[in-house]
Amino acid sequence: MTKSALVIGGGIAGIQASLDLADRDIHVYLVEKLPTIGGTMSRLDKTFPTNDCSACILSPKMADCIGHPNITTLTFHEVMKVEGKAGDFKVTVKKKARYVDPSNCTACGDCLAKCPSKGIPDEFEYNLATRRAIYIPHAQAVPRVAIIDAANCKKIQEDKCGVCAKICQKKAISYEDKDEEIQIEVGSIIAAPGFKAWSADVATEYGYGRFKNVVTALEFERMMCASGPERGHITVPSSHEEPKKIAFIQCCGSRSEKKDWKKYCSSVCCMYATKQAMITKEHANVQEDIFFMDIRSYGKEFEAYIDRAQKEYGIRMHRSARVSNVDEDPETKKLIVNFTNSDGEGASEEYDIVVLSIGLNPPEDAEKLAKILGIELNEFGFCKTNVYNPLNTTKEGIFVTGAFAAPKDIPTSVAEASGSAGKAGAYIVDDKFIPRAPKEYPAEKDVEGKEPRIGVWVCHCGINIGSVVDVPAVAEYAKSLPNVVLSRQSQYACAQDCLEEISRAIQEDDLNRVVVASCTPRTHEPLFREACRDGGLNKYLFNMANIRDQCSWIHMHAREAATEKAKDLLRMAIAKAALLEPLVGSEIAVTKSAAVIGGGITGMTAALDIAAQGIPVHIIEKKKELGGFVLNFHHKEDGKDVAEFVKDLIAKVEANKNITVHTGATVKDIPGFVGNFKVIADGCEEISVGAILFATGAAQYNPSEYNYGRDKKVMTHLEVESALADGSFKGKNVAFIQCVGSRNDTVKYCSRVCCAGSLRNAIQIKMKDPTANVTIIHKDIRTYGFREELYNKASSLGVKFLRYSVDGAMPDYTGDVVKAHDTILGRDIEIPVDTLVLAAGLNPIREEKEELAKMVKVPISKDGFFFEAHQKLRPVDFATEGVYVAGTAHWPKFMDECIAQGSGAAARMLTTISKDKLISEGIVAVSNPDLCDGCGICEGCCDYNAITIVTGEDGRLKSNVNPGLCKGCGSCVASCPAAAMEQRGFRNKQIIAEIDALFNKAGA
Amino acid sequence: MSEFEPKIVAFCCNWCSYAGADGAGVARLQMPTNFRIIRTMCSARVDPEFILRSLAKGADGVIVLGCHPADCHYIGGNYRARRRIALVRMVLEQYGFDPKRLKLEWVSASEGEKFQKTLTEFVETIKTLGPTPLQQEDE
Repeated sequence: MTKSALVIGGGIAGIQASLDLADRDIHVYLVEKLPTIGGTMSRLDKTFPTNDCSACILSPKMADCIGHPNITTLTFHEVMKVEGKAGDFKVTVKKKARYVDPSNCTACGDCLAKCPSKGIPDEFEYNLATRRAIYIPHAQAVPRVAIIDAANCKKIQEDKCGVCAKICQKKAISYEDKDEEIQIEVGSIIAAPGFKAWSADVATEYGYGRFKNVVTALEFERMMCASGPERGHITVPSSHEEPKKIAFIQCCGSRSEKKDWKKYCSSVCCMYATKQAMITKEHANVQEDIFFMDIRSYGKEFEAYIDRAQKEYGIRMHRSARVSNVDEDPETKKLIVNFTNSDGEGASEEYDIVVLSIGLNPPEDAEKLAKILGIELNEFGFCKTNVYNPLNTTKEGIFVTGAFAAPKDIPTSVAEASGSAGKAGAYIVDDKFIPRAPKEYPAEKDVEGKEPRIGVWVCHCGINIGSVVDVPAVAEYAKSLPNVVLSRQSQYACAQDCLEEISRAIQEDDLNRVVVASCTPRTHEPLFREACRDGGLNKYLFNMANIRDQCSWIHMHAREAATEKAKDLLRMAIAKAALLEPLVGSEIAVTKSAAVIGGGITGMTAALDIAAQGIPVHIIEKKKELGGFVLNFHHKEDGKDVAEFVKDLIAKVEANKNITVHTGATVKDIPGFVGNFKVIADGCEEISVGAILFATGAAQYNPSEYNYGRDKKVMTHLEVESALADGSFKGKNVAFIQCVGSRNDTVKYCSRVCCAGSLRNAIQIKMKDPTANVTIIHKDIRTYGFREELYNKASSLGVKFLRYSVDGAMPDYTGDVVKAHDTILGRDIEIPVDTLVLAAGLNPIREEKEELAKMVKVPISKDGFFFEAHQKLRPVDFATEGVYVAGTAHWPKFMDECIAQGSGAAARMLTTISKDKLISEGIVAVSNPDLCDGCGICEGCCDYNAITIVTGEDGRLKSNVNPGLCKGCGSCVASCPAAAMEQRGFRNKQIIAEIDALFNKAGA
Repeated sequence: MSEFEPKIVAFCCNWCSYAGADGAGVARLQMPTNFRIIRTMCSARVDPEFILRSLAKGADGVIVLGCHPADCHYIGGNYRARRRIALVRMVLEQYGFDPKRLKLEWVSASEGEKFQKTLTEFVETIKTLGPTPLQQEDE
């Protein structure tokens, strides 16, 4: 029997991992201990550095997840026991009593309004609001069903109430519900339980819990959020007035030896605090101050974000400012922040709100989960991994993703989630693997040339529609409209009985169109479309009128007008329905093989992951040998020489019979589209592949500064590493200058890896010769995550640190002495040196990337790296389908991050190339060759390169839409001056029919 | 004569503004009943013809709602919508319509309240402008 996969944790990482597995026809159990999926991301207002609305970008993923036929989403379930081994785990899962049957609950909310147990702190809102004992966790909850908090329910505790069961017309509530245990069998497991925010109660010096106006960053996120308890109006908690001054205190719970604080850096707080300050500024004119030690904006476009925050938003950054404590003025409740300023002097300032940038800790039940899974945790209590296998736990067949391995941001979690999914899939897909069979439906009836016969259902939604809109009148009215052969009312159209009625009526009453007037198609269209398919009707012959969310709920006090509006909306929906046509996605054959361009560790990792699933891979490397940038490394990581790791990796690649290596080969062109690319390269024959990975890496910046190349005392950190390894390093007075070729006027970004690189070399020098004088001259030390240990170790070994100005000039070098302005001491310092090490940043090799980018029409970021489809949620995809990016070609990153991202890209590629064919979306654009005169406006309009201008049979230019690439936005349709372009499902005549029906009350 | 109740067509993109309109409903934010929503997948699908047709049929105002800049589900559709609407407004003016009868606004999926505010204000604007000039000619 084919095994399923298990994903533990329904946050963004768990959702992504589940979707990637499910898209390969692997069945997934997604177990989430809370009543809803979405994790921390569902509680955020915006996300950095794009300020995307968190709910907007997460909701489609959650909907995909809950509706995916290959995913069994088990919310409010918990993993209790895991037995067996990789490929054959037996897992016991506890289904916790919810007291509401999720399959019956319609989220109408009737029960919530009547529950007498009020004032219970709302966990979703971090206790900033209250809820009742029966509640729907939040507005965008997935699944959107109610749950009873048994501890606070009078009926369950005292057998005294039962109002909710009486009021529920769907009889969805059962007080008898009990916890149950279920057994599942899985081939592999992905642990994605996320993190726990540091408990701010520990920070008594900052007054959290004592002073009302001191809030944590997560609480502040809810205060900012349009769907939060204050609807996005940020007010001072004590007075409910608009704040004039807000302070953000960084590193709360992080980077400290204090008791119950963590030594590591939480990686994300600098960025999220800056985001919060920027968004707040957009809401109101507030003075905002951020107090930090180092600003750690190491990620893609982060540095530019911090720059904007200061220059465009006027946010004040207090560098090297550690806040000693916060006091409160008992009268005004204003907060006095006492801090050491960058000159080393004591200072204080008054604020209305203080936001604590709390760090990320291991999840609450990390130890329990580790015990259940039989995996080890690291010294900080996070899941133990190693640099070379960042997605593997210590137990075979169990993988880790997201913040459970280390504090990390959303895009890193998403890329890793895909990577873990790829690895987990390898334990399930083998010779005996049977892909999940698609559901069988009756044959679709032929509606071609037939008069429309429309069936209409108007939903009461309990009292949600019915108490405002006169549903019987609307249903009766529908009967008078053209093409309507039946019109019925339903208490709950989405209930199983009504869905079956719809399927039956399609057969019995020979319906060929169905219209339901109820809630929103965003949540319910798939359900009704499914009912149509069950009745033998093409799912695109269904249409919906939104008379709840967009009518009865927003016009509760205008019953007559709302009823009129419901009639209009239904008439419009019926008019469009009459013109709907059956649609089928087109099939696109897939070449089941992949090309990886670049044979560094990223490319080799991806190739091995793909080859492990039995799919052929071609590695195309322009150099004569595999290995890439890491061939320059001479150090150990996690007790193993990097060089040895690379040697092993190359040997594995070369021994793998599914991998063909083409060295000395330069790519010249990549014609084709998803599933059907050709790679044309010098030095090898033409290769046909279904997907392409750009893992072309980056190079070290070649310094023009400090007489490098002429002065033998001046070296790059890679050269020092090499000299340390072969024993030729003799430096006694060594200075490192950071940010050479980074964070300046020409190269604006941070190269991310240089701080840790310099620290590693500085530690080596000090270990070898404790009498050596080593100074690191820097702007900020950016050892995020557990890399902070390097900083601590270097400090304890006596490495000196000197901070030079972020905006000012680079330090001077005379040939024997480095002169730098120490911003902390406020004076110039002279450091005699016999060795000057330049922390040279990473160069994206823009020209090479531009060449490749043109071949498949993908964008390059302003810094010269490849630019992915979506910075948060599609970190390794391009908007051009079938083309992916990973490693330092995407952005500077560490080796473990490259490996994880390489695995992530491999898994994303597998979702395409593990299939024989792809089915395109039905609502695509089509061009009418009789009307098209080949002007090409549509081609320029298409962001997906789906349109090409080709020469037609008559020798005239015509536009041609590739349905495999079209996403169905309809932009080209609106641009066509000849009305030749049309969008299926949203044809001009269909939308015009809606408009005309609106203004033509009598119907036809 | 009773107070003028404008008829407004609102085009909403599927991913942001239609979801924002639903969000307004979920939060039970009350607003005037004068508008009817037509859903398109992207604000860039809104053909100038739809706007002109609505006005020709007697709409007193048309509002197009899309994703915020940089948030478009289809990468850059909202930018195209913005350019097109600017042109349509110029055309409208030439035909004697006050360009304020056509509005473009960004509403994200989480901005139920902005949806409410935008529609409420637009209804007010149109009330101030009075009935469509087409209807005034008829009368």
